[in-house]
Amino acid sequence: MAVCIAVIAKENYPLYIRSVPTQGELKFHYTVHTSLDVVEEKISGVGKALADQRELYLGLLYPTEDYKVYGYMTNSKVKFVIVVDSSNTSLRDNEIRSMFRKLHNSFTDVMCNPFYNPGDPIQSKAFDSIVSTMMVQAF
Amino acid sequence: MSPAQWDLPPELCCRPVAFVALTGLDVVYNAIHRAIWDAFCANRRADRVPISFKVLPGDNEYPKCRTKRTSYEWYIPKGILKTGWMNKHLNLVPALVVLFYELDWDDPQWKEKQSECATKVEIVRTSLQGRNTKVAVVLIQKKTPLPPGEDLVASERASALCGACDLSGKSLFVLPHTDHLVGYIIRLENAFYEHAQTYYYNEIRRVKSHKEFLNKTTHQLLFVRHQFKMGFFSELKQDTQNALKYYRTAYSLVHELRAHETNMLEIKTMAGFINYKICRLCFQHNTPLDAIAQFRKHIDLCKKKIGSAELAFEHTAWMSKQFQSFGDLFDEAIKLGLTAIQTQNPGFYYQQAAYYAQERKQQVGQLCSHEPGVGYPAPDPLETTSGALDFYGQRPWRQGHQSIDPPDSEKEKQGILALQVKERDIPHSELIIALLSNAVAQFKKYKCPRMKSHLMVQMGEEYYHAKDYTKALKLLDYVMCDYRTERWWSLLTSILCTALKCSYLMGQVKDYITYSMELVGRASILPEEQKSRIEKNLIKVLMNEVPEPEPDCDPLSVKTAQSLWSDRISLAGSNEFTIEVQDYVPFVQCKAKFLSPSFHIDEPVQLHVYVRADCPHPVLYSKQCTTLFSVDVFELQEYNQYCLLEDASKGKDILEPSTQENMCLVPGKTRKYCFKFVAKTEDVGKKIEITSVGLMLGRETARYVYLNWRGGWGDAASSHETLQACRSFKKRTRFPEQQVDWDTVTIQSSLRIISRVPKISVQLTHEPPALTNEMYCMIVTIQSGEDTVAKDIKLTAGLKPGQDANLTQSTQITLNGTEVCDDSHPALLPDIPLGDLHPGQKIVKPLYIHCVSTGSRILLFHVAYSVSATVEGKDITCKCHKDETVTLETVVPFEVAMKFVSSQFEHLERVYVDIPFLLMMDILSASPWPIELVNSEVQLASSMNAIDQPQSQVEGVTLQTSECASECFLLKCPPVQNGTSTVASGHYIISWKRKSTFAETSVVRTIVTLPHVMVENIPLYVHAELPSFGRVRESLPVRYHLENRTGLVQDVEITVEPSDAFMFSGLKQVRMRILPGAEQEMLYNFYPLMAGYQVLPQLNINLLRFPNISNQLLRRFLPSRIFVKPQGRNGDTSIEAA
Repeated sequence: MAVCIAVIAKENYPLYIRSVPTQGELKFHYTVHTSLDVVEEKISGVGKALADQRELYLGLLYPTEDYKVYGYMTNSKVKFVIVVDSSNTSLRDNEIRSMFRKLHNSFTDVMCNPFYNPGDPIQSKAFDSIVSTMMVQAF
Repeated sequence: MSPAQWDLPPELCCRPVAFVALTGLDVVYNAIHRAIWDAFCANRRADRVPISFKVLPGDNEYPKCRTKRTSYEWYIPKGILKTGWMNKHLNLVPALVVLFYELDWDDPQWKEKQSECATKVEIVRTSLQGRNTKVAVVLIQKKTPLPPGEDLVASERASALCGACDLSGKSLFVLPHTDHLVGYIIRLENAFYEHAQTYYYNEIRRVKSHKEFLNKTTHQLLFVRHQFKMGFFSELKQDTQNALKYYRTAYSLVHELRAHETNMLEIKTMAGFINYKICRLCFQHNTPLDAIAQFRKHIDLCKKKIGSAELAFEHTAWMSKQFQSFGDLFDEAIKLGLTAIQTQNPGFYYQQAAYYAQERKQQVGQLCSHEPGVGYPAPDPLETTSGALDFYGQRPWRQGHQSIDPPDSEKEKQGILALQVKERDIPHSELIIALLSNAVAQFKKYKCPRMKSHLMVQMGEEYYHAKDYTKALKLLDYVMCDYRTERWWSLLTSILCTALKCSYLMGQVKDYITYSMELVGRASILPEEQKSRIEKNLIKVLMNEVPEPEPDCDPLSVKTAQSLWSDRISLAGSNEFTIEVQDYVPFVQCKAKFLSPSFHIDEPVQLHVYVRADCPHPVLYSKQCTTLFSVDVFELQEYNQYCLLEDASKGKDILEPSTQENMCLVPGKTRKYCFKFVAKTEDVGKKIEITSVGLMLGRETARYVYLNWRGGWGDAASSHETLQACRSFKKRTRFPEQQVDWDTVTIQSSLRIISRVPKISVQLTHEPPALTNEMYCMIVTIQSGEDTVAKDIKLTAGLKPGQDANLTQSTQITLNGTEVCDDSHPALLPDIPLGDLHPGQKIVKPLYIHCVSTGSRILLFHVAYSVSATVEGKDITCKCHKDETVTLETVVPFEVAMKFVSSQFEHLERVYVDIPFLLMMDILSASPWPIELVNSEVQLASSMNAIDQPQSQVEGVTLQTSECASECFLLKCPPVQNGTSTVASGHYIISWKRKSTFAETSVVRTIVTLPHVMVENIPLYVHAELPSFGRVRESLPVRYHLENRTGLVQDVEITVEPSDAFMFSGLKQVRMRILPGAEQEMLYNFYPLMAGYQVLPQLNINLLRFPNISNQLLRRFLPSRIFVKPQGRNGDTSIEAA
């Protein structure tokens, strides 16, 4: 289960960012922000021709001592970042992928909302609840 | 303990190389010895064998060798590894001692020298005292030795010397002191290296042999020690593969040790050492992944081994050091050619090291904040007798102690206290910053700009904690803009808060104002009450008062800051600040726009400035001004005065009736200000741009800040906001009438001053198309619709510039239509003065255009004048102009076709000398308008003569469209020289004009060049004389004339061929002679038999002298047929009538 989930706009500013309240929120913001370095590098590494059949899941971006940061990028260059606790070894790659898929589906719903202006911060309740299901439950 | 306490010992970090001691060398006074020594140690390149040499005296005291233990049964080890052990084997105990001795084989005092050498060897052996160190002797000789086996004396004496010194033959070397010294030295040291390797091999075996005596319960420490030693000796032996194996075993053994609070530090220290060695060797073996895996394992194993809770900072310090030294190793490997990647580079390890250093600092804050009374304990529990520890990682107050409980709890307490007190004095911030800056350098290299920024923020914060506010501010300010442009407001807010604290504590007014403005504004995510607090402080600063201190600041620094701020108040001047808004996101937004992209000179320019504040409280400001620039020339200072809104000024604000409120910005409401000014007449055609909009906050009497919007709008965030706003389709809430929706305000930051709209009409009257070469008349009618007199009317007419250059050559314009233009006339007549025009009057001006070539061309009629007008109570003279363009087609008026025909109207390809022929002209009108042909004439060349006086037959003829006029002239050619030649015929001149009721036009002369024609002499001219018609069965007399045109007598043969239609009388076949210039006449009476067009009996003429003149040619002069009328029944007249 994630400790932080973020949606980053094409222009690299946050559209949505939520973390477990127990640890410093700011720290997660920095973690997500710095992970964009790796995302950018990964994208630029993929050639133009391959860009079409590129896999959306970017895999493990970088491991820190305490957290693992995973990335995912939609075709419209919106990025999803999921941070999980390093100690949580039970989490498989497949589960991370399915989390991203769920997130992507929910994000697509947000985008389909005619009252949502692309580029604005996401304030959807449905999206929020999907994210909640993926977060480590604060107790 | 120094901050270097956690540093790894240098003997651990170096690369171990075999140690060889050289004795018997006097490197100070003996030049030869010096040279030998230099050859050994100077400029050692990487391809030489790895040995460290040292010159030692012969009787050097080597570390004493412990007596060999025969049994380990009662032995309890006191620690894992002695602190001196590595250094001992690197620098003190040599693998080989080499004795240098000057001795030639043929030395006269051989015996004495031999025994002296033996004594020296003995001295070395004694000083080594039972160590396994090898001894070798090098004889320095002056002579070059003979090849082995040839010098019998030498081999005999060598074996004698070996015997005397108790040396094996392999340990005796000869060093001839000749030119090839370095070569010999290299060979020597290779031999030494072999000896050294044997020594280390034996040492490894010796250590290994202890193993069988050990037992697992009491000698656990020794297992680790022995494995480490074997690893180290293997390294000395340059057997890194085995070294790695030994170290790996040692590493797993060290974690099998029973760990408890008292020996935790020792275990971790040793684990750290061994881990360092393993990682280092892995990098050396170019298996960086193994190194990283080992390090991860190491960290995972040791992370939780904190040890004593009271000394938790020691653990974090150690962890930090682990990461740092791994980072160093990694970095070093990269320098030696390893390639790192973005996600796996030394930066991460430095960053983690910094993280632990920060942790350490925090723990120090918790653990070492003793009561003020608690001082450093005396006697110093950290003092040891030797001044150093015996074993790595042990406590000075209980060295060698290995049981679970400390021997003396009081001493333990004192020791811990001493460590805590020492820890307090360590400059943690410095350490953290150094690590962070290391990490920054790495991340910069591996393309991680955001990581770099993040670390710089941490550095800035650390500087802030270290009270170095200047540096903190510098770093934070540097990265702030990255976060601002990426729109990470949460992070920006946090950085701004720290920066605000720094600027407060330093009393930096401008920075304080800048940061406050941003923190109050929309980019900040601070809660309202925080914003409100900051805004109140900001207002205080603008009132030149001391602001309230920022929360969570160091109380001592706050005091200094307060006095700094008080000083600022008394300080005169420097109370004015300008902030360029485009680099920030301040709480005031501004948009300025001209109402239209262009204004006519006779209407006032209108400028609207919208201002909005996002702060929690209303803001008062004192002045607003707009700077305008004219792009074409220079700053228009004179306009700026109209765009100034001052406190209690008479700014023409439409929305707000009260001027007091006028200068107050209510949060969330958009305020609009309108300005008007009249542009200067000389600025017509120029662009006026809003250079900037300025807003002054504060008072001139106290302190004020001047916000400057370059270009009249926009700060660091507004371009994105504008984009979002225009993407948004959201139904905007209806604003009350006097309110404006901020997002809907568009920007218009420049305008062009254009000239006044002319109130005159320009009309063109003409009859297109124009005909080539005619003087085409166009009448320009200018009618004034102005209310006042239009002065100085000037007409520019002609070919519009910018068309095909050829058109300029082929178009002329003139005011005079009576004469045809020539090339001296221009294509464009500029500035024809037409005087003044009173209201309602009109001017008619005919113009004549002469188009030489066909095709279409654009003509321009430009009427310029000036008129005076009153705008906003100001009298100005406006220049107006009106342009009219017309596209004019030019066509050819007529086409002239010419041909030569014979007198029978037969087409002629060539004409014959002195034989008359006709020149026929057909004039086909192509003009849509009727053309009057005034006259036509033929100007003949000298090679042609007219037979009669040529009179124009088309004079006065008017041709309608596609009508044709024809005329012909009878001509004849005088004789030519060479029988045949091509001659010019001359010109045909048509004078014509357009037949028009619209305007009287002048006559145009069009000259057509007549074609060249071939002229030929002919020897015999034949022509017939016969009536115009015949009648059936009535006699038809035909007379043929044959003229000899040559100077010779000609024989002519004539035959007449019979014809079915005629009977005839006359000579049927005759041969005759014609004298030169004479003419022969032949008479025939034809008697037609049939009616209709009948072929005459053919006359064949054969010139015997000119066989090339064919019969056909001559026959062309003769009619070939004739019309025969039938015989009438009742007389001829009735048939003629029919």
